[in-house]
Amino acid sequence: MDLIAASGLTKRYGKTLAVDAIDFSVREGETVGLLGGNGAGKTTTIAMLLGLLIPTAGRIVILGHDMARDRFSALAKMNFSSPYVSLPSRLTVAENLRVYCHLYNVRRTDLRIAELADDLDLHDLLPRRAGQLSAGQRTRVALAKSLINRPRVLLLDEPTASLDPDTGDLVRSWLERYRAESGCTILLASHNMAEVERLCSNVLMMKQGRIVDRGSPAELLARHGRDDLEQVFLDIARNRTATAEALA
Amino acid sequence: MIAASLRRIWALLYRHIALYRASWPRLLELAYWPTLQLCIWGFTARFFAARLGSPGIVAAGALLGGVLLWEVALRTQMGLSLGFLEEIWSRNLGHLFVSPLRPRELLAALVGVSALRVAIGLAPALLLAWALYAFNIFGMGLILIPFVANLMVMGWWVALCVISLILRHGAGAEALAWSVLFGLTPLSAVFYPVAILPAAVRPIALALPSAHVFEGMRAAMAGTIAGDQLAWATGLNALWLAAAMLLFTWQFRSARVRGALISIGE
Repeated sequence: MDLIAASGLTKRYGKTLAVDAIDFSVREGETVGLLGGNGAGKTTTIAMLLGLLIPTAGRIVILGHDMARDRFSALAKMNFSSPYVSLPSRLTVAENLRVYCHLYNVRRTDLRIAELADDLDLHDLLPRRAGQLSAGQRTRVALAKSLINRPRVLLLDEPTASLDPDTGDLVRSWLERYRAESGCTILLASHNMAEVERLCSNVLMMKQGRIVDRGSPAELLARHGRDDLEQVFLDIARNRTATAEALA
Repeated sequence: MIAASLRRIWALLYRHIALYRASWPRLLELAYWPTLQLCIWGFTARFFAARLGSPGIVAAGALLGGVLLWEVALRTQMGLSLGFLEEIWSRNLGHLFVSPLRPRELLAALVGVSALRVAIGLAPALLLAWALYAFNIFGMGLILIPFVANLMVMGWWVALCVISLILRHGAGAEALAWSVLFGLTPLSAVFYPVAILPAAVRPIALALPSAHVFEGMRAAMAGTIAGDQLAWATGLNALWLAAAMLLFTWQFRSARVRGALISIGE
């Protein structure tokens, strides 16, 4: 069953075509990576999936809800994390999480916050102001916020950007564990190829607003005759090999 | 459904209460300007009362009533506009608008925030007016309630227009949050009757609910209930509020088309 389905999804800003009639779907429990260079259309695609941006054309259905007509029903059951969006810095971590418990109508607020604090090792951070946290601590708090409602669909925009390798690895390990426990469906936009290889069962390669290649990491490696996704990424970015789109 | 909606509204109210309770300078700022205004106008009024006798005392009452009631509109408008700007400054809009929070719930919460700001900001000024100048605005009686309500509604719709401009033009329009209603002070007949204004300007003044509120306030202080002024203020507020809500709805949708909700404040 597809929990995310996008068809003919297009976004145009004036003469600039940011996303060009893309089609894709993400099955229940699957983790799909959205790869592409800067300006490829990843963030625009995620913003459209979240309802922050109205598509110029196309249709998005998430958890069975048409996002053009009924986005709030879907938004209650999904969540999002990005290092480029902050939580109010003057509020403590506990206060921030409480705000989002109320927004997502999460019952037994204190219990849920304690569960997340256990899972993400946040107990020491709860009384601290969000603005006083390091990048790694902020990422853990942002992840806690994104899981506050036990989402069935999770959209992650570069969740480990600007993290040191150790913290990045902790976050990836935690995401793997959470996915195994919850069966959550994840769409992950990232520039970190090792992360995508580790977490994703399928990958969508974007370039200039189009999905130019797709498949499992193993399929992409085989198709491009490479050993790692970073090489595949560079091949596509520099037009060194034919993509599935070009072959079709 | 209603319980979930009320909880989302409470979420944002709680967010702002948490912000203020952790920062005494913010609380002080709420009361600072209304109290300062009252002091300046209060001593001016006392001077007139001492020099002019009975007519001066009447004028002094009108001045102090005008200062306090106009602060209701100003603080309401600023409370709503600054509440929205807080979300931009903290780069939190992206999180809020991908949650199930409806725009109308955001506005309802900000209306609550503005009411709290008015109550906290004006309480010291009201006490000071009573203690220093023996002026009790509640002496006007129950007519004060519709006056205050109308000024608060005016603050809301002006704030909705400011937020719409911020959605359209980004944080560059944020200076309007402080200045726009101040700009309407001369036309609102806060301290003088509309008749004093040049004839060409009077129709503009009479299109503002505040001018009718202050005409009504002066009548009430003279012992007359000006029902017609109250009706005009209420009717105009209904029209302006409806127009401001349409403008906000249009600009919010336009911001979602242009991607402004992602980039606003950057």
